[in-house]
Amino acid sequence: MPEFFKFPKSLKKTNFHYCPGCHHSIVHRLLCEVIDELNIQEKSVGIASIGCSCFLYFYIDVDILEAPHGRACAAATGVKRARPELVVFTYQGDGDFAAIGFNESFHSALRGEKITAIMINNTVYGMTGGQLSPTTLPGQKTTTTPEGRDPNLYGYPPKIAEIFAGLEGVAFSGRFAVNTPKRVLETKKALKKAFLAQINNLGFGYIEILSACPINWKLDPVSANKAVDKLTKVFPLGTFKDEVEKFLSGDKS
Amino acid sequence: MKTKKILAKGIEAIALGALEAGCKCYFGYPITPQNEIPELMARELPKRGGVFLQAESELAAINMVLGACATGIRAMTSSSSPGISLMCEAFSYIAALELPAVVVNVMRGGPGLGGIEASQGDYFQAVKGSGHGDFHFMVLAPYNAQEAYEFTAKAFEFAEKYRNPVMILSDAILGQMKEPLVLKKLRIKKYNKNNWALTGAKNRPSRFIRSLFLSSQELKGKNLKLAKKYKKMEKDIIYESLVNDEDKVIVVAFGSIARIAKDACLNLRKKGYPVGFFRPITLFPFPVKPIQELIKNAKNSLKFVVPELNCGQMVEDVKLAVNGKASVIPLPYPPSVIPFPEELEKEIKKCLSSLSSRKA
Repeated sequence: MPEFFKFPKSLKKTNFHYCPGCHHSIVHRLLCEVIDELNIQEKSVGIASIGCSCFLYFYIDVDILEAPHGRACAAATGVKRARPELVVFTYQGDGDFAAIGFNESFHSALRGEKITAIMINNTVYGMTGGQLSPTTLPGQKTTTTPEGRDPNLYGYPPKIAEIFAGLEGVAFSGRFAVNTPKRVLETKKALKKAFLAQINNLGFGYIEILSACPINWKLDPVSANKAVDKLTKVFPLGTFKDEVEKFLSGDKS
Repeated sequence: MKTKKILAKGIEAIALGALEAGCKCYFGYPITPQNEIPELMARELPKRGGVFLQAESELAAINMVLGACATGIRAMTSSSSPGISLMCEAFSYIAALELPAVVVNVMRGGPGLGGIEASQGDYFQAVKGSGHGDFHFMVLAPYNAQEAYEFTAKAFEFAEKYRNPVMILSDAILGQMKEPLVLKKLRIKKYNKNNWALTGAKNRPSRFIRSLFLSSQELKGKNLKLAKKYKKMEKDIIYESLVNDEDKVIVVAFGSIARIAKDACLNLRKKGYPVGFFRPITLFPFPVKPIQELIKNAKNSLKFVVPELNCGQMVEDVKLAVNGKASVIPLPYPPSVIPFPEELEKEIKKCLSSLSSRKA
């Protein structure tokens, strides 16, 4: 009988510590499926960051290094430059990637580092209790913006996937979500491309994944899952740059 | 490598020492007075199959070092005081992750932007306060180009031996002064890294290197493990001692001012004064026992005189080592006021003849 569904080889058989309805666990699984399908488990090094996903090493069965808050892309640069034969990825939240670590993220992309950056955008600082993040929506209530994010005080959320798409060093950039089965499949396809960008030496691979944070959004898991749709109005889904497809289809320009 | 004598700046000697030790990756960000290190590395490393990368900041540079060291490759960075301050966050992580990084601080005047004159104002930062939490660098303080070459190479060995960051503490005088340097083959031991380095989980289970320990027992264990390691480092304490049992005053100095102090001490000795000279080379671990031995062997009650290019920092460690068994007199020279040997001689003679200390 053909096998349609199995436990990914590079996913450790450990219970997730994530809250009910959190999307980290879905992305973890997709990441492991991609690692398995690309057959890179033995040559991958992941960089765990600071936030809910800092325990990445308890779940993903590859070599993993824990970087200081925001410095994942710099640490990944060090790993990749020291051993270019490795496949190196970071797994970061919106605060880690786009606030404290924006400079490291941006310059790694500018240099076209052959690494893959996965940014989980849930619009809040999840682990510390739901404070304002750069990607918090205008009007969104957080514990540090109790009246809602006021753009006069805090400006507007950055559209990292679109910004990175404009950089020469970036080979793949896109924003995806995992709140419907169709979107899960699309995310996996894009995630694979974000890895193929470095495997084929094309440049920096960036993928942003809109993710639910039911606890800090103060919603039940089902409502939080639906609320991701609202995020897509500010953060449109899609691929904004794809040199990988061009490369694979033989376009040498 | 054939032995040859060249004329080199202290910081060039540092870079050459790193190359001699087989340093493969250099990450850094420009700051005066240490730019010749990245410039030399940018020329030399790619030729030797290594990696040079100028980062967007000191924050990024030291985290690149963190990443490279985690793969078991010999990697380093260098900077000067304000840049070193920016790296302090990562120093703490590197110590916690137990990675063998080598960091060079060519000290300039501070605080703040300070100035680019020589200073030893980062002594406290180097030996005690280079980041949050209970950790230490191993700190080596060369005092000429030859030592800069040899100790920088040795730093890579110590870093691997203890799996701990090692700092070379130099300064603007030592760094910018040109002097003879004998380039020779150095025996730098390599340690096995296959049991911890992240190189991809091929033919072995995957592994991770982390510094987060939410279990209080685990975190306590981690801290005690580090403390034990620092104790073990005492076996590798290095110092220079020119002391006779009859001496009444011992001058304790490190780095650039130690050269001036040594001149002053030797001059006074020639004139018959009972003056000794002691130079800590490892600033952490501090040569506590050798200092206590000096007191034990002394035929007279001793005075320790501590000239420094700061307002008095190492003098505190000398006091801790002496532990009340001798008097300790600070001779502070804040940045940009470098004394001549004659001036130091005068101060040392004052200490010999009176019980009181110089008013700082």
